[in-house]
Amino acid sequence: MAYGTSIGDYSSDVRLFKRRAGVAALICLLMVAILLVRLAKLQIVEYAYFSDLSENNRVRLMALPPNRGLIYDRNGVILAENRPTFHLELIPEQVDDLEATLKGLSEIVSLSESNVSEFRDSLRTHRSFESISLRTRLDDVEVARLAVNRHRFPGMDISARLTRYYPQGESAVHAVGYVGRINEKEMEAINRGHYRGTSHIGKTGLEKFYEDELHGMVGHQNVEVNAEGRILKVVDKVAPVPGNDLFLSLDIELQKVAEAALGDNYGSVVAIEPQTGEVLAFASTPTYDPNLFVHGISFAKYKELQQAEGKPLFNRTLFGQYPPGSTLKPFVGLAGMESRKVSTDEKIKCKGHYLIPDDETERKYRDWKKTGHGMTDMDDAIEQSCDVYFYSLAYQMGIDTIHDFLAKFNFGQKTGIDLYGERRGLLPSRAWKRKVHKTKWYPGETLIAGIGQGYMLATPLQLASATATLANKGVNIQPHLLKSIRLTESGEMEVFEAKEKRFNLRSPSHWNDMFRAMKKVVHGVWGTARATGVGMEYKMASKTGTAQVFGIAQDEEYDEETVAKKLRDHGLFIAFAPYESPKIAVAVVVENGEHGSWMAPIARKVMDHYLLKKDKKISPAGQTNAE
Amino acid sequence: MLNKTQVFEVNYDSHLARALRVINIDPVLFLGIFLLSGIGMGILYSAGDGSIELVQKQVVRMSLAFLVMLVVAQISQRQLYFWAPWFFALGIILLMLVLAAGDVGKGAQRWLDLYVVKFQPSEMMKLITPMMLAWYLSERPMPPGAKSLLISAILVVLPTVMIASQPDLGTAILVAAAGFFVIFLAGVRWRVLVAAAVAGLAFIPVLWRLMHDYQKQRVLTLLNPESDPLGSGYHIIQSKIAIGSGGLYGKGWLNGTQSQLDFLPERHTDFIFAVFAEEFGMMGAIVLLSLYVFIILRGLYIASKAQDSFGRLLAGSLSLTFFVYLFVNVGMVSGILPVVGVPLPLVSYGGTSMVTLMAGFGMLMSINSNRRLLSR
Repeated sequence: MAYGTSIGDYSSDVRLFKRRAGVAALICLLMVAILLVRLAKLQIVEYAYFSDLSENNRVRLMALPPNRGLIYDRNGVILAENRPTFHLELIPEQVDDLEATLKGLSEIVSLSESNVSEFRDSLRTHRSFESISLRTRLDDVEVARLAVNRHRFPGMDISARLTRYYPQGESAVHAVGYVGRINEKEMEAINRGHYRGTSHIGKTGLEKFYEDELHGMVGHQNVEVNAEGRILKVVDKVAPVPGNDLFLSLDIELQKVAEAALGDNYGSVVAIEPQTGEVLAFASTPTYDPNLFVHGISFAKYKELQQAEGKPLFNRTLFGQYPPGSTLKPFVGLAGMESRKVSTDEKIKCKGHYLIPDDETERKYRDWKKTGHGMTDMDDAIEQSCDVYFYSLAYQMGIDTIHDFLAKFNFGQKTGIDLYGERRGLLPSRAWKRKVHKTKWYPGETLIAGIGQGYMLATPLQLASATATLANKGVNIQPHLLKSIRLTESGEMEVFEAKEKRFNLRSPSHWNDMFRAMKKVVHGVWGTARATGVGMEYKMASKTGTAQVFGIAQDEEYDEETVAKKLRDHGLFIAFAPYESPKIAVAVVVENGEHGSWMAPIARKVMDHYLLKKDKKISPAGQTNAE
Repeated sequence: MLNKTQVFEVNYDSHLARALRVINIDPVLFLGIFLLSGIGMGILYSAGDGSIELVQKQVVRMSLAFLVMLVVAQISQRQLYFWAPWFFALGIILLMLVLAAGDVGKGAQRWLDLYVVKFQPSEMMKLITPMMLAWYLSERPMPPGAKSLLISAILVVLPTVMIASQPDLGTAILVAAAGFFVIFLAGVRWRVLVAAAVAGLAFIPVLWRLMHDYQKQRVLTLLNPESDPLGSGYHIIQSKIAIGSGGLYGKGWLNGTQSQLDFLPERHTDFIFAVFAEEFGMMGAIVLLSLYVFIILRGLYIASKAQDSFGRLLAGSLSLTFFVYLFVNVGMVSGILPVVGVPLPLVSYGGTSMVTLMAGFGMLMSINSNRRLLSR
C-alpha cells in the first residue's frame, strides 16, 4: 500500500482523532489535578506534621548493624570470629590546637602523610561535632600508648569496631572463605535496607554461601537531632539480631594434618564421612591468609597472590579438574561385573599392550608395565593396576555403558556441596562427543576412558564423594561442610539435612568383591601402595592413580629426568577405612606428583589421625614406595 | 525548504524562531523543553550538594540528547513510516537476545553488551512500539475492527511482557502505555475499553502471582511504608517528609534540609521531584507541572494538525507517554504509586531515558514539519 493513502473518510478520521485527543487532554488535566490534590494534602494539610518531622525535631533514622554469625568446626574450635579493632578519631570542636594535637599524636603513633591529608579533607566536609577518622587499625601497643596519653589530647577518641578475624590463618581458607568490603556489583544485588550500616559481605567459600544466615537482621533507632544534626536523644530503638552461628562438619585438626601432609605440593585432600556425607577435611594447597582481604587487600599484594606459583587463590578441591587415571578402575570394574562382561575369577592375559580386535591400524594400547602382568583377574588388575585388563573390559562394555554406570557415582555432575561454583568434571559419552566435538566416538577413546584418561575429568571433591558412595555400597549422600546452624533468636540448633540418593547392584556381593580387591592395593603382596601398609593398625581399601598430563607418542619413552616438573604426571589416591566398616573416605590429588603410590602416605596420615586420634610419625610423602 | 507563503505566514516570528523552523524545530515545543531542562539543572545542582560536577555531566548529556532530537527531526515522516515494521522486528529480536544473553545488572537483565557499547533495547521500544502500532492502524479503517484490535493488542503485549520479564516494570509500563495510546487515539470503541478495563482488574491476582518478590515488596511498602523503614519504605517516608515540609512556598533553593542533610536517597535521579517540592513548595510544583502540561498540550496540538493518521497517532501517543512519565514519577515520589524506576522526564539525572525522550520529541518535530511542508 502506498504511503499516505488512508482508507476511510479523511475528515471523519480527523474528527474522531480530535475528539479522542481532547478526551485524553482532559484526562491528563484531571490526573494532574489528582497530583496537585496529593501535593496539597502533603504540603498544606499535613504541612505542620511533616514540617515538625523535618524542621524542629529532625528524627534521624540510624541503622544498627548486626554482628556477623561465627563459624566453628565440628569440635567447637572457632574458625571465624569478630574482633574489635581500634581506630583513632578526632572531634574537631573539642580539639584546642589542631596542629599541636596532630604533631603530638604523630610522636605516639605512626601517622602517614596520607592519613593527615585525608583527615584534613574530611575536616571540610564534616560538621565540627562529628568525629573524623585519623588512623585505622591501631595495634595493641599504640592503643595502650594513646590511652596513657589521653589527657594530653582533648577531643581524641579511640573507637572500637568489630571486624572479621580468622584465627586459623591460612588453614581451611578454601572452605571457609572470607569477607570483604561490599562492592558496587554486590550492592546492586543485595537488599540495601538489610545492609545499612554494614560494610562487609561474604566474598568466597562458606562466608558467601551462608551469607544470609551469617548476616543477621539489621536494627534501627530513631534519634532526635537538632538543627545542626547533633544527636540529642534516642527516640526508639529496634535492636539488631546477630547472625546465626555455623557449626561445620570440618575438623580443623584433621584439616591441618591434611594440609601438612600435602606440604609444599600443589594439590588437594578431601576427607568425607561416608555415612553422613560430612566433609571432614577440605584441603587445597598452596593456601593464603584470608585476613588480608578483610581490610581491603592492596592491588600489588593481590596481584602477587594471583600470579604466585601454584596459584594459592585457586580452589583445587572445588575447581581443579583432573583425569582420575587409575583411581577410576574400581568403578569401571564394578560396571564390568554389573554388565555381566566379567566375573571376578575370569582371567585375561596381559602382554604389556592391547590391540583392538579387527583394528586395521594395529595401534598398541600400552600397559604401564612393559613386560605385562601375565594372567590377570579382577583382584590382580586392581591390586597391580593392570591397564590391559581394563582396556579389554572397557572395550567389551562400550562407552555408554561405562557412562551410565559412573553417572550413578556423580561423575560428570555436581556433588551438591554447599559452596558456589563447583565444577562438574567430565564424563564423556557418545552423545556428549557428538554435541561438543561434532565427531563420532572412536573405540580407542573407550579404552582410554576405561583407565580414567582421555576426556575423563573429575574434581578432587567428586573423587572423594564417589569413594564415599563406594564405601557406602551405593548410598550417595550429598557432601556438605555445614553440620548445623545455631539460630540466634531461638537458640535452637538446625541440623543440615543432606540429600540422599541410593542405587542397588545386580548382586550386592559385587561390592565385597571390589572391596577385597581394593584392600590388596595396600595390604597385598603385589599392591601398588604396599609400602604404605607397613605397621598400619587398621585395614584400608584403596586405589592408586597416575594421570598423564601430556600424551606420549607410540614409541616414545617417558623419562622422569628430562620431563619438566609441570609436565610430570599427576598423582592420585582414593581410599576408605576401616575396610570392615568405613568411617572415612579420602581422595588425594597432587599435581605433578608423578605416582599415585606416593600419595598413599598422605591419605594414611589423614586416616591415622582420624581413626587413631593421634598424629603418628610416618615417613614423609616421598620415594619410599614403588609402583 | 522554505517558500514564500511560509515566510509570509511566520513574519511575526522572531528571527530565532524562523531559524529554528528552517531546521525543522518547533519553537514552541523547543521553548518548553528548554525551560524544563534549565529548571532541571537548577534542582540538580541543589540535589548534588552544590556540586557542579553532576550538572556538568548532565549538560553534556543534555547537549547530546538535543543533538539526537535535532537529527531525528530531520528524518521525514515518510521514512519513519517506512522503517517502523523493520525497527519493530529488530527490537523484538534484540529483546530476545537480552533475555537469552543479557548482562545482569541490579538483578535484572536489561543491557546488551555489544563490546563497544552497552545498550538497553527496552528503551528503544518506548518509541518503536507506538511507531509500529501507528503504522499498523493508520492503514486500517477507524475505529479499528475486532481483528485489527486483536493484532494491535498482540503488538503491545509482546514487547511489554518481554520487558517486564527482564524484569523492568517501569519501562514495561511506559511501553504498554505508548501502545495503548495509539489504540485509544485510533478511536477504539468505549465499550471495548470498559470491557478491557474489567478484564484487566480480573487479571490483577494473576499478575500478583507473576511479580518478582522485590516488585511485590514495593507494592506492599506503598500500602504500609513503616513496615520496612530501612529498606524500600525508607524512600517513601523520607520523600514524603521532604515534600510535606516544603509547604506552600518551600524552604528556598539549596535550603531543603531533607535533601541537604542526606536524608533523601536517590535524590538526584528518581526522587529529584521531592527535592524540588521541598525547596520550592506547592507553588513551585504548580509552575513545574504547568510547564509539563504545556509541553503535552503542544504535543497533542501538533498531533491534531498532522497530515495523516500515522503522524496523528504517533505524535499523540508520544505526547501522552510523556505525561505517563510525569504522572508515574510524581505519583511514586509523593507516595500514591509504588516505586517503579521511572525518572522525572528531562529533569532526573541520567542519560538513557533522556536520549529516548528527546528522540521522541524529534519525531514530534518531524511530524510537525511534514504538515508545514504539505500544507504550503
